[in-house]
Amino acid sequence: MKILVALKQVPDTETKVKVAADGRSLDPTDVKWITSPYDEYALEEAIRLKESAQAEVTVVTLGDDKGKDVLRNALALGADNAILLKGDGQGDAFAVASALAAFAKDKGFDLILAGNKGMGGDNSAVGPMLAELLGWAQANVVVKLELSGATFRAEREIEGGSEAVEGSLPAVITAQKGLNEPRYASLKGIMAAKKKTIEEADATGLPAASAWSALTLPPARPEGRKLEGDAASQAKSLFGLLRDEAKVL
Amino acid sequence: MAGAYATFNHITDYMGFEGLLSDEEKMVREAARDFVNKEVLPIIEKHAQDQTFPAHLIKKMGELSFYGPSLPEEYGCAGLSNVAYGLLMYELERGDSGLRSFCSVQGSLVMWPIYAYGSEEQKRYWLPKLAAGEVVGCFGLTEPDFGSNPGGMLTKAVKEPGGKWRINGTKMWITNGTVADVAIVWAQTEDGIRGFLVEKGTPGFSAPETHGKWSLRASVTSELVLEDVIVDEAKSLLPNVKGLKGPLGCLTQARYGIAWGALGAADASYQCALDYALNRIQFDKPIAAYQLQQEKLAWMVTELTKGQLLVLQLGRLKDAKKFTPAQVSMAKMNNVNVALEICRKARTILGANGILDEYPVMRHMANLESVYTYEGTHDMHTLIIGQEVTGLPAYR
Ligand SMILES: Cc1cc2nc3c(=O)[nH]c(=O)nc-3n(C[C@H](O)[C@H](O)[C@H](O)COP(=O)(O)OP(=O)(O)OC[C@H]3O[C@@H](n4cnc5c(N)ncnc54)[C@H](O)[C@@H]3O)c2cc1C
Repeated sequence: MKILVALKQVPDTETKVKVAADGRSLDPTDVKWITSPYDEYALEEAIRLKESAQAEVTVVTLGDDKGKDVLRNALALGADNAILLKGDGQGDAFAVASALAAFAKDKGFDLILAGNKGMGGDNSAVGPMLAELLGWAQANVVVKLELSGATFRAEREIEGGSEAVEGSLPAVITAQKGLNEPRYASLKGIMAAKKKTIEEADATGLPAASAWSALTLPPARPEGRKLEGDAASQAKSLFGLLRDEAKVL
Repeated sequence: MAGAYATFNHITDYMGFEGLLSDEEKMVREAARDFVNKEVLPIIEKHAQDQTFPAHLIKKMGELSFYGPSLPEEYGCAGLSNVAYGLLMYELERGDSGLRSFCSVQGSLVMWPIYAYGSEEQKRYWLPKLAAGEVVGCFGLTEPDFGSNPGGMLTKAVKEPGGKWRINGTKMWITNGTVADVAIVWAQTEDGIRGFLVEKGTPGFSAPETHGKWSLRASVTSELVLEDVIVDEAKSLLPNVKGLKGPLGCLTQARYGIAWGALGAADASYQCALDYALNRIQFDKPIAAYQLQQEKLAWMVTELTKGQLLVLQLGRLKDAKKFTPAQVSMAKMNNVNVALEICRKARTILGANGILDEYPVMRHMANLESVYTYEGTHDMHTLIIGQEVTGLPAYR
């Protein structure tokens, strides 16, 4: 079985995000880039399939040279092959899905695993679009995956319960938190990754269908307020604030 | 709530230190950091308070190849560079000196001598198991009456008929002693000091735990008692070294890791103090705005930075097989000393909060008191450097 895992490089949640001078993109200075956590579940699932069913795992990311970091990390975790598709991995979801589809088509993959969304962007669009562009079955926001022969059974979380989806391979499955517990890279894995190469190719596919027009940060939180006076008057003004300003009473 | 201030994502990097690392070295550091943030910081204060070692991490660290990681792959190890190994120690000690001590002992003081001085059978038998964390080792050199001067040790091994040795003596201050499956015991013989592998459960061998420590509380420290312990020469005696240079060679390896590790504890304390100083308001200003606190912070970050560059250069020399034990002495002496001082200053910046286990600072500070003394005291390393530059030994 051949599995492709699509990885996105995203800003670390601990990064203090700044808007660039153009007013519609992220200022990349001081941003620490990591693998999107949902993609880590996808990758872990692929590596478990490698261990249990001798799958061959290829990882791909769309991006620039720094994208090699997520690929190297995936190789250290156990992926067999890694490809950097050179192009804009941060922009329009349709363009990303079409570049991935153009790459994956005709390569004989049985399964494509990806995160159900890229952390931060939260579009949840690339996985479903990729399945549509390839004409494959799909299951999204998956918390449990079983394969048997040429079929899959996926459990997904829905409002108030869970749902099981069955379908045939090839398929696109997008991972949700809960699918598994990703492992740490072992030092041996890191050393083994050094011996593997990262292939590079230019991304092909359709042009972007949309673009960011503006990016703004949420308004700064107002400073905390200190209530003055004795306990009784503090309680009184707190009650007033909760009722009239916070409107929680 | 352990270490709210300790999960900072970045190493303190004032002088472009990270830019001097290879991709693989950066990845090793990140992997170790990730592990420490998720598995160590949430539990370590409780273990330190309870005086218990987090034993559930032993296997996990083995799976991640944290033990003896710069030894070759054929013995189940990762084959890391010395710099990558140092970065691992830095991150582990950012968690706790006890955890780093565990790994130092297992890797540098147990696996390394088996690798360097052991027979091929001993290596094949012990190294993969030790690397995986399936068995734990300890290193018995210090004795009640011989600390800085281990050459005077009283523990004695005598050859017996039938390829056996009889060992008698007492070791003290032995990290991991009580939990170890195998001890490397250094003893006087007719041929000078020799090393022996003594397995747990061998008749006459016991390892009672030392209690009442105010330092390295999340680490097991023990006595080793050997009363007419009989061991088999082929299994037990490390054939390829004689004399004090045997144990000293191990210590050079471990001290190298300690010189990196101590900075991890210092980094955690510095970042904690910086964050605290920026957020603690007194007299209507953050205390970080006052010159006295800035002087401390400036001193801390400067010494931390100098320490990083010192061990990085030492690591590069070690990778090129061009380092000397006296250079390792300088790194151990300097870095542990400044790390301890950084923690002490951090403690003062936190005021009363500095003594609480909600912050990692006092734990690190107390831990480093042991690190200052073990593996050659600060003074002994000073005298080694003195001897190196003058040619005159001042310690005897
Ligand atoms: C927590 C902990 C864990 C340890 N783990 C291990 C272990 O796993 N295995 C092991 O073998 N040992 C271990 N040790 C022991 C450690 O290595 C010794 O404590 C250390 O070597 C110092 O010996 P000592 O305590 O006997 O001090 P001493 O040698 O008695 O020194 C006392 C003081 O005298 C000074 N001094 C000694 N000689 C001179 C001199 N010639 N000139 C000037 N000053 C001098 C010292 O610098 C020191 O300040 C551990 C110690 C601790 C605290």
